[in-house]
Amino acid sequence: MIPRAKLKSQKLEAAEALLAARALPGGGAWITRAREAAHARVMDMGLPVKRDEYWRYTDPRRLTDAEPQGAALLDPQDESPVFDGFDRVKLVFVDGVLNEAESDPLALEGVEICTLAQAAATDLHWARDLYGTLEARGQKPVERSLASLNTAYATEGVLIRVTGRPAKPLSLIYHRSGEAGEAMVHHVIRVEPGAEATVLENGPMAARFNQVMEVDVAQGGTLHHIRAQGRDHERAGVAHLFAQLGEGANLKSFTLTANGALIRNEAVIWLDGARGSAHIAGATVGDGAFHHDDTVFINHAAPQCESRQVFKKVLRHGAVGVFQGKILVDQVAQLTDGYQISQSLLLDEDAQFLAKPELEIYADDVKCSHGSTSGEIDPNQLFYLRARGLREDQAKLLLVLAFLAEALEEIADPALAEDLRERMESWLKRRV
Amino acid sequence: MLEINNLHCELEDDTEVKILKGLSLTVKPGEVHAIMGPNGSGKSTLSYVLSGRDGYEVTEGSATLEGEDLLDMEPEERAAAGLFLAFQYPVEIPGVGNMTFLRTAVNAQRKARGEEELSAGEFLKIIRAKAKELQIEPEMLKRPVNVGFSGGEKKRNEILQMAMLEPKMCILDETDSGLDVDAMKLVSDGVNALRASDRAFLVITHYQRLLNHIKPDVVHIMSEGRIIKSGGPELALEVEENGYGDLLAEANA
Repeated sequence: MIPRAKLKSQKLEAAEALLAARALPGGGAWITRAREAAHARVMDMGLPVKRDEYWRYTDPRRLTDAEPQGAALLDPQDESPVFDGFDRVKLVFVDGVLNEAESDPLALEGVEICTLAQAAATDLHWARDLYGTLEARGQKPVERSLASLNTAYATEGVLIRVTGRPAKPLSLIYHRSGEAGEAMVHHVIRVEPGAEATVLENGPMAARFNQVMEVDVAQGGTLHHIRAQGRDHERAGVAHLFAQLGEGANLKSFTLTANGALIRNEAVIWLDGARGSAHIAGATVGDGAFHHDDTVFINHAAPQCESRQVFKKVLRHGAVGVFQGKILVDQVAQLTDGYQISQSLLLDEDAQFLAKPELEIYADDVKCSHGSTSGEIDPNQLFYLRARGLREDQAKLLLVLAFLAEALEEIADPALAEDLRERMESWLKRRV
Repeated sequence: MLEINNLHCELEDDTEVKILKGLSLTVKPGEVHAIMGPNGSGKSTLSYVLSGRDGYEVTEGSATLEGEDLLDMEPEERAAAGLFLAFQYPVEIPGVGNMTFLRTAVNAQRKARGEEELSAGEFLKIIRAKAKELQIEPEMLKRPVNVGFSGGEKKRNEILQMAMLEPKMCILDETDSGLDVDAMKLVSDGVNALRASDRAFLVITHYQRLLNHIKPDVVHIMSEGRIIKSGGPELALEVEENGYGDLLAEANA
């Protein structure tokens, strides 16, 4: 244990080193205030360093180094991009910058969309009350200063206001044009009472990325969020999801991660109204120099809410998987139903899974369960399948996909779930 | 059909533990053979060695199916060659639908034999008819393999797999364990329906009562890794009446 003062000074040094050559972007009054406040948070907290308790299993240096490392572009060969063939409104970001020529018009019935740049230029915008606000709220009980960094410096992103039930999903697509590059993207989504939408994200974004998505789901609203983070190997990135849910509101968020030198996905969810429901799930497949970290915090702040965390990781050849998940149940949150499972399937003895599941409960009438396991393919199951005629590789593939199935079940739309299942299957077929 | 000659095996992890000690057995097409014997005589091990489970080392002897060396094949090759083991403890596989599993298995075997794969429609038609005969609800086909099945359901599911895979040589490892009278009748009817002149059965059991339903041509008594006596169905009745004591004493005399 190093002294607290020394740790703090290291964190401040990390922030100063990164920000020395950067200036806050310009914009209208409201966004300038938000950026200045976020900048002040970074300078106050500093940036994560290796000795941070909250970064114990994941070394943040690749995310905080003054100069980002490059990452080779992946050749997709004959594999089509995920969600290909689905009818959707496409918003294409190249190296983290919205490319209007490649995107569909920002128009969809039941949704208002504008870019962060457009909103920043106006003096009043509905997103004013949300931009940076949920991120700031998410700094307790644990600091997430990389998210504040994003709020301060991001100039790209979209602000989505869901007022109805749009007929098709909004699809945020992230391409890379070259090996070098860094991207900071900040999205805000507000789902109005009773409205419902699906937001898709896919692609590798950048050699180094820092993403924030702030989500506010009002009473009775529903957001489906499905994300596939690309397959480029050498990337490093952190994605933050901050979401607050009103009475009877629903959030379903699923993330598929394949490859990446360092990917950390943080989710911070507040169930603020009674009978809200939040399901956060992830499936991860990692091979070789791969480090993947899911860090989830769900706060039950109102009664009768339900939350599920379902995280499954398939790892081999030195891949490392991390899960830090916490359910915090406030005293008022009676009749909470909380569930958390994190599991890894290690395909060889070289892979590693580190899990820190936590429950903190102040209400007395709740149902909360959590479990974490790490194991290999069950030899009895493997033999049973082979005795019925399945080849060994075929049997293994079936068992690995079965292991991942519980996470995929968190996707409400069966066609989208099937699309992602096929992606995982082809990734596994190349390796199992 | 099945020819086992002087088979010896020991545990891979503990070579001091010898389980089969010179077992010989010949099963001809169309025949039903029963193997009975006290606990620990090596009956289940025999089924595992024949089907290719890890953990056993064959040190001597041979086992062939229609002249092909079984011991040299992977478990899936033995299945494709026509060997089927109905497990004493069918394995639960969460996340894999029963129907998906069976279709994958049927087509894997057909492919390995160079036959055309069954289409989804053809497969569905066949499995529905066979499931009905075994009183397996369509809902059970959709559930994950053996997960949440009762003891009887698991055993009926094994017989359904056997019916779908149409093997040449079926080994039933204590298929009667955990079955009540009605379930035993159902399972036996399923097995009897599969009896054919080009198919043979090796029925491993503790008790004679299964053999009232599945009538054997030959009964073998196994003890300490060997067959100590073979005879007709009356041998099973003798065991039922007198236990194994006399037979074992006779063999050791």
